[in-house]
Amino acid sequence: MRAVVPLNPNRVVADRTVSTTCPYCGVGCNLQLHVKDDFIFKVTSPFDAPVNRGNLCVKGRFGYDFVYHSKRVTTPLARRYLLEGKPRPENREQRFEISERKETGEQRIENGETTSHPVSSHLLSSWDWVETDWETALNIVADNLTRIYKRDGSDAMAVYCCAKATNEDNYLLQKMYRAIFRTNNVDHCTRLCHAGSVVALQQAVGSSAMSNTASQVIMNDVFIVTGSNTSENHPIIALQMKEAVMKHGAKMIVADPRRIDLADMAELWLPLKPGTNVPVFSAMAHVIVKEDLVNWEFVNSRTENLDEFLESLEKFTPEYAEEISGVPAEDIRKAARLYANARNAAIYWGMGISQLSHGTASAMAIIHLAFLTGHVGRDGTGLNPLRGQNNVQGASDMGAMPFHYPGYMRVDNPENRAQWEKCWNIEAGGLSLKLGLTTTEILSHAHEGGIRALYIMGENPMMSEPNLNETRKHMQRLEFLVAQDIFINESGAFADVFLPATPFAEKDGTFSNTDRRVQRVRAAHPPRGNARPDWQIICDLALRLESRLGLDTAHWAYSHPEEILREMGSVNQDYAGITYERIEKEGLIYPVPTLDHPGTPTLFTESFPRGKGKFHPLDYVPAREEPDDEYPFILTTGRLLEHWHGGSMTRNSALNETYPEARVEIHPADAEIHGIRNGDPVKVQSRRGEVVLRATVTEKTTVGVVFIPWHFHEAAANLLTNDALDPQAKIPEFKACAVQVFPAREDDLPNPEFEVKRGRY
Amino acid sequence: MFTLIVDGKEITIEDGKTILEAARENGIDIPTICWHAATTANGLCRMCVVEIEGVRLLQPACIVKAGKDMKVQTRSERVIRARRTILELLASTMDLSDAPEVLAMMDEYGASAERFPDAARRESEVKDDNPMYIRDYSKCLLCWRCVQVCAEDAQYTYAINFDGRGFKTQIGTFFDKPIPETTCVLCGQCVGVCPTGALKPKRQYLLEQGVSAEEISVMNTGRKRRKS
Repeated sequence: MRAVVPLNPNRVVADRTVSTTCPYCGVGCNLQLHVKDDFIFKVTSPFDAPVNRGNLCVKGRFGYDFVYHSKRVTTPLARRYLLEGKPRPENREQRFEISERKETGEQRIENGETTSHPVSSHLLSSWDWVETDWETALNIVADNLTRIYKRDGSDAMAVYCCAKATNEDNYLLQKMYRAIFRTNNVDHCTRLCHAGSVVALQQAVGSSAMSNTASQVIMNDVFIVTGSNTSENHPIIALQMKEAVMKHGAKMIVADPRRIDLADMAELWLPLKPGTNVPVFSAMAHVIVKEDLVNWEFVNSRTENLDEFLESLEKFTPEYAEEISGVPAEDIRKAARLYANARNAAIYWGMGISQLSHGTASAMAIIHLAFLTGHVGRDGTGLNPLRGQNNVQGASDMGAMPFHYPGYMRVDNPENRAQWEKCWNIEAGGLSLKLGLTTTEILSHAHEGGIRALYIMGENPMMSEPNLNETRKHMQRLEFLVAQDIFINESGAFADVFLPATPFAEKDGTFSNTDRRVQRVRAAHPPRGNARPDWQIICDLALRLESRLGLDTAHWAYSHPEEILREMGSVNQDYAGITYERIEKEGLIYPVPTLDHPGTPTLFTESFPRGKGKFHPLDYVPAREEPDDEYPFILTTGRLLEHWHGGSMTRNSALNETYPEARVEIHPADAEIHGIRNGDPVKVQSRRGEVVLRATVTEKTTVGVVFIPWHFHEAAANLLTNDALDPQAKIPEFKACAVQVFPAREDDLPNPEFEVKRGRY
Repeated sequence: MFTLIVDGKEITIEDGKTILEAARENGIDIPTICWHAATTANGLCRMCVVEIEGVRLLQPACIVKAGKDMKVQTRSERVIRARRTILELLASTMDLSDAPEVLAMMDEYGASAERFPDAARRESEVKDDNPMYIRDYSKCLLCWRCVQVCAEDAQYTYAINFDGRGFKTQIGTFFDKPIPETTCVLCGQCVGVCPTGALKPKRQYLLEQGVSAEEISVMNTGRKRRKS
């Protein structure tokens, strides 16, 4: 008889595989979740997936275990004072631990009644987190929001939507605040990432998304990557960039203060000092004009205001730029010639452009390059801000912004207002025409007579805002704070009520990725514990608010998220042709104006949304805080491959084991002067705060520049950053502030026992 | 465009295609193990060998270009005997228990796992040196896909390569360093293309070791506790 090899008897076979979209970055990779007994044990991706062709990064392939983390909150929580009907304690503390768990059977408080075994009263604090039920929690939220709204009106109410949540969740949350509280104090973290790019693009072309798709990188002959550490922050787009260089002969120009991974494959690396984008890119424009590399046909037919711009350009010689930025003038010339002489050239940029007190000007300097050369409006060209979050594009599209309804319809335009009033069953003139406050302004207005009640869905301002010591004070001044999340993060720890929502793996909906591709998100299994999908929480709460305020209903009875998307698409023309059926297998790239429209991968082929592209005169404005004798280094912040933003997901995941501590990167020349060796503990101090962490001595950073990732609450980079804002976009200056670095002791480290041992660049 | 004959059937294809592509486009199945749509074909496993009239040796269909008027047999006695032997050689030296597709081929070709009962086996300890995936090279058939996706076929990271020579060849890291200390970015492209379960996500591996989902959620989700 033939001998047969037996199949591994312990082999785990999936009960089902669920196709969904990655919850991390804006690339929007397709994930197949392999599920057994309601537990995801493996993630794969189909090799014909249009976005990522089977490739994933460490977060997408392995970073889903936060779903099952023991610290995840799956039962509603309220502070004890609320459950006992007592006055709120004077001090709003940051507290993470849950005092009483239902599972322990010790105590449960519902409707103010203690049902069993009270703990000795001297151990109780009014500020304890106590588990409760949905009915109680939602009634507390509804009562308090109603009370504050009736007392102080619309201007006291504000909400942070969430670039991690689905389009449907975000649409509903902004609808709740606009339709019920009649306020436009609605914003989300887009303000902190690409607001500068959005404002510049709106002013120059009238639309703020990527003009081309990321998969068109391989069609570029030349492309510029600037202010984006693409390999770590959009890993799959970085693979396409590498492929473009290695297999399709494209030439890459990297302009970044750090010698990022992509610099290895670049034709040119322009190591500019943080905050000097305007002189460098304007000098490139200067070269293009002076050497007459201008695409006059494009400039004459598609743009306006050239003369005023040229006048302002006069001073931006490459030598002037070299003096300010440190980039050799000759390299600026080479870069300008490469870009201008290419058949198809594109620019990809990240937050190194936008996160500055002159972020709008920075982005504008880039846009001018595309205008001068006509490298926009064709396949393989374009102006491409790489959006950070999985659904930051979508949340912005959904109107989670203080100046726009869904579809970028200005809130101060009565015609736009009328359309949404009709959609939401609101009396004519009922919605507010007043522009709302932005993310940063919402918190800085948290005081008597300003914002009193804040609702945070998924965001974490206590990690993501600049100058956190100041943010902390603002959080403490709120009268009522609701957190809707999956973990008690640094911000939720200040909240009065915690509503446990579901992560991507437990809900249905859609995400819109960085290149405007609207893709499905599907639940792999039911919510853990008593958690509920965000859209259901919002609808339930909205109905309670409407009944307390005696309002006609704005429609909250949805049986499935698809109905929410259809409602939104009935007014927002970009999404009008998108149905779940059409995106069942593959996403559609909006604008999709009709049900038979195939989507629009390349924008601006014939004209710009504002008509002609508009040049804007620019001047060089330095970063608000420049290094001096006391604080001689420029601190720039950013992200790591293994972590995500404030860390709610990745720090509660095995990802944390791969990179458990914050490190400050310092150049060997600087390290030597200060007597710092690789791995030494150091204290980094700015005028606003200080952190202690280990140093990585590396040429990945440049002389005079230190880099700290902002994921780690133990050494939060944003304790140091400057809360100076761009006057137009209101984006804070995360990318440049002045710091000093001192040697420190092992004992000063928050977690001396952890040390990253990684060989990756 | 030109015409060739595969298994007696006349097929017309575009220039530049391999015999494998030409056959599959025309509904003729040729089995493969090391070949993968996302990697460069290298003709390593030889499972796809075919007989070409006038050519002395069997040829790997995944890399040999189809030629005008070529006469190809994909299922001749000689081809089948070669494939069966390849499978038997594999089964004699490695653990195929997590390679259901290869096992199905063994069934189809009537290959015996004990044709070479005294063969030395390529055995090694499970390498569990990072939180994301394990490497069990007892199950590795050296298809090279993992090395390729780590290099130019996807990631351009070059963390792993062939190590050793001849029978002792194995996939490894430079100086046998643990994965986290190599250039590896833990993307897991290698795990995604492994055909034999030699590379597995850590969580799947733990489940298979009998660790419960609850236990995995505690042990494999970050070791740091938040300081309040």
